Amino acid sequence: MPYPEQLKELIKVVESTRAERVARKKKNEEVPFLSLDARTDRLKYHPDFKDEGRHELSIGPSKGYKIAHEMAEVLEAHSRVNPADVDLSKTDYETDVLILGGGGAGTSAAILAAEQGCKVIIATKLRHGDANTMMAEGGIQAATKGHKDSPYFHYLDIMGGGHFNNVPELAETLANNAPGAIKWLESQGCNFSKYPDGTMKTIHGGGTSRKRMHYAADITGAEIMRTIRDEARNHSDDIQVLEFSPAVELILNEKGECAGAVLYNMETEEYITVKAKSIIMATGGSGRLHIQGFMTTNHYGATADGIVMAYRAGVKICFLHTVQYHPTGIVFPEQAEGILITEKFRGSGANLVNIEGQQFVNEREPRDVEAASIIKECIEDGKGIPTPTGKVGIWLDSPMIEDLAGPGTVEREFPGKFILYKRFGIDISKEPMLIYPTLHYQNGGLEFKNTGHTSLPGLFVAGEVGGGIHGENRLMGNSLLDIIVYGRIAGKSAADFANENVNGSKLSLEHVVKYNEEADKAGIAKDKVAPMLLPNYTDARTREKQLTSHYVGNMR
Amino acid sequence: MTEVKAVEIKAKLIPIYIMGKKYEVPETLTIMKAIEYAGYQYIRGCGCRGGVCGACSTVYRKPGSYKIMSGLACQTVVEPEMYLTQIPFYPAIRSTYTFEKLTGKPEEVFDLYHELFRCVACNACSKVCPMDVEVMDYIAALKRGDIKAAAEISFDCIQCGLCASRCMGELPQYHIAQLARRINGRYLTPQAEHLKTMVANIEAGRYQESLTGLKVMDINMLKETYTAREMEPATGGEDWIPKENIGL
Repeated sequence: MPYPEQLKELIKVVESTRAERVARKKKNEEVPFLSLDARTDRLKYHPDFKDEGRHELSIGPSKGYKIAHEMAEVLEAHSRVNPADVDLSKTDYETDVLILGGGGAGTSAAILAAEQGCKVIIATKLRHGDANTMMAEGGIQAATKGHKDSPYFHYLDIMGGGHFNNVPELAETLANNAPGAIKWLESQGCNFSKYPDGTMKTIHGGGTSRKRMHYAADITGAEIMRTIRDEARNHSDDIQVLEFSPAVELILNEKGECAGAVLYNMETEEYITVKAKSIIMATGGSGRLHIQGFMTTNHYGATADGIVMAYRAGVKICFLHTVQYHPTGIVFPEQAEGILITEKFRGSGANLVNIEGQQFVNEREPRDVEAASIIKECIEDGKGIPTPTGKVGIWLDSPMIEDLAGPGTVEREFPGKFILYKRFGIDISKEPMLIYPTLHYQNGGLEFKNTGHTSLPGLFVAGEVGGGIHGENRLMGNSLLDIIVYGRIAGKSAADFANENVNGSKLSLEHVVKYNEEADKAGIAKDKVAPMLLPNYTDARTREKQLTSHYVGNMR
Repeated sequence: MTEVKAVEIKAKLIPIYIMGKKYEVPETLTIMKAIEYAGYQYIRGCGCRGGVCGACSTVYRKPGSYKIMSGLACQTVVEPEMYLTQIPFYPAIRSTYTFEKLTGKPEEVFDLYHELFRCVACNACSKVCPMDVEVMDYIAALKRGDIKAAAEISFDCIQCGLCASRCMGELPQYHIAQLARRINGRYLTPQAEHLKTMVANIEAGRYQESLTGLKVMDINMLKETYTAREMEPATGGEDWIPKENIGL
């Protein structure tokens, strides 16, 4: 729906201060960035710092670690299947490399593993490519312009954004392999936005010291995903994709190595077994857990499945005490609630302004600082803009971009968002957007090394499911980068493992039996099961009447 | 959960017909949220929920009209008496090819997709496109051999397959467009020189010493270095050069 009258009145306030703000921007007079101390102070308003939102894990390899209730709940749960019911004497599929997850990380890993001569199976919950990768808009970071940038500055920015707690080797590998990742994508035919001579267009993102955000209009992730998915499809002899068949447990062998997985065909409700020489966990994030009740930008299947499975198999978790809230999610119109508005709007100069039309924060602070500032402005200072559905938001002044870069820029540079708003009767080249922080990224995840290895031999990690690269807060453009860099690394490492290692033969789910026993001892109810697989948004009154489709957790 | 809460708002209930069956749903919801409100739990037909993945293409008709409309279930707001169904999958043919062996000649596209010339220019594809892509125009561009134009016109394609579902020439438009975009990105657009140089410099170890320096640095010193790092101005051009050449 278009903006109602009361909001149109408030937009006039934004318009009244716009000319002055544009003039300041043109003169490079910015709202000063917060000092490191001031950042720490501001972060008190961040949801991560709400102690009542978390509790200590009662079971598993990271027992005692305090994380959000919603994430802890899926770890403190029983298996979906009774391990005794699964016949491991014969397996339904056998392959060299099994990849769990068909997003950007899984797909780039598959291409690399196939290049090493391996047979690959990708098992994915939804369709191949249904992943947060597809939804990433703003860009992909890489220091590709040597006259002003290098992995040195990229590394500094990654560490600063992550509060200097990142695992240094993981951050270093990310920065060092970034230009190579972009080059690979370019060679795959990815349509990056370029100048006529082939020079890549690059802009700033929150927390970047150099303009190193490469992009493909405002659908960078979709362009990357559809390109590499197309390439994977060209290798269908070597890369088999099992859609709507998420993994629910890992399988180990008698040597204690990871040797396969139990999949669940969601359409026929069968459990299927796959034996593999190595396994790559690339299941992505967890926005659909709706941590602390926040709306989310994530795709439908983001429910932390990979963390649950690997945790049961003994892999520790890290940095899950922090969750990334993207500063700018749509809060009005309601139909589009939670949808991401790319940081590129702010990178292109759009200010964040309050109900009085005033700026209250530099629009290019790291994401956690930016989100905390918006929450403070709305909740603490009461200068947010009330929406007709009883929520509160802040203006993102997109029409400024037209004043800074010329008429037509918004439609040309942000075609996806321009059309989305147009459908609701809002022209974002003339009217600002109403935004509020939205659950966006799982900063932490499974512990792993910069070679993709985990503590469990035969299990490799790539993408959002891993933790440590981004420390306590990821910068914009480093997750598309992460999935390509670490997807390729995991693909190579898993292929090497598959090619070199003599695989065990006796398959086992004993680790699941043990985990279930530990859960029993901790008093966790038998009917609490994970992974969740899909969220349920059915109206509560309807759900009460679904008498024969009893949901156990989220399982029928 | 916010999404569950959203449907508890006291909005007026309106009737919609999901595959011909009537349900009362709040008038403010998207088709996707309305289907969930009615009691379905999606397995197929739902993906990103943000209008870019092409999983939830939906066709519908309004009472008294013969016209078949289309939209994405996650983006389209319900209307009273709407008759709808989703088309979560379409079995269009896709040609397999070796990307490395292509050169960018139009004949390569013709060879992989002979169907291209079955287009009768009826424009049903453009009319049904939920992303307002001018599908027929890019097919016409390809027939002329203009791969670049086809890549640009098709850029917003989300590969939902609705175009193919309506095509009387039975073209797999969205797969042909994918091929055109990849050819454009690799063979018809100049490759970035600065990228090649940077990758070569990294491989030669040019930055390793300065980077290792940061890695072993004491945390307070690292924080100081971070705070002191020179920021490229927001409005600077491509030729901006930092004052110091440390780390470069």
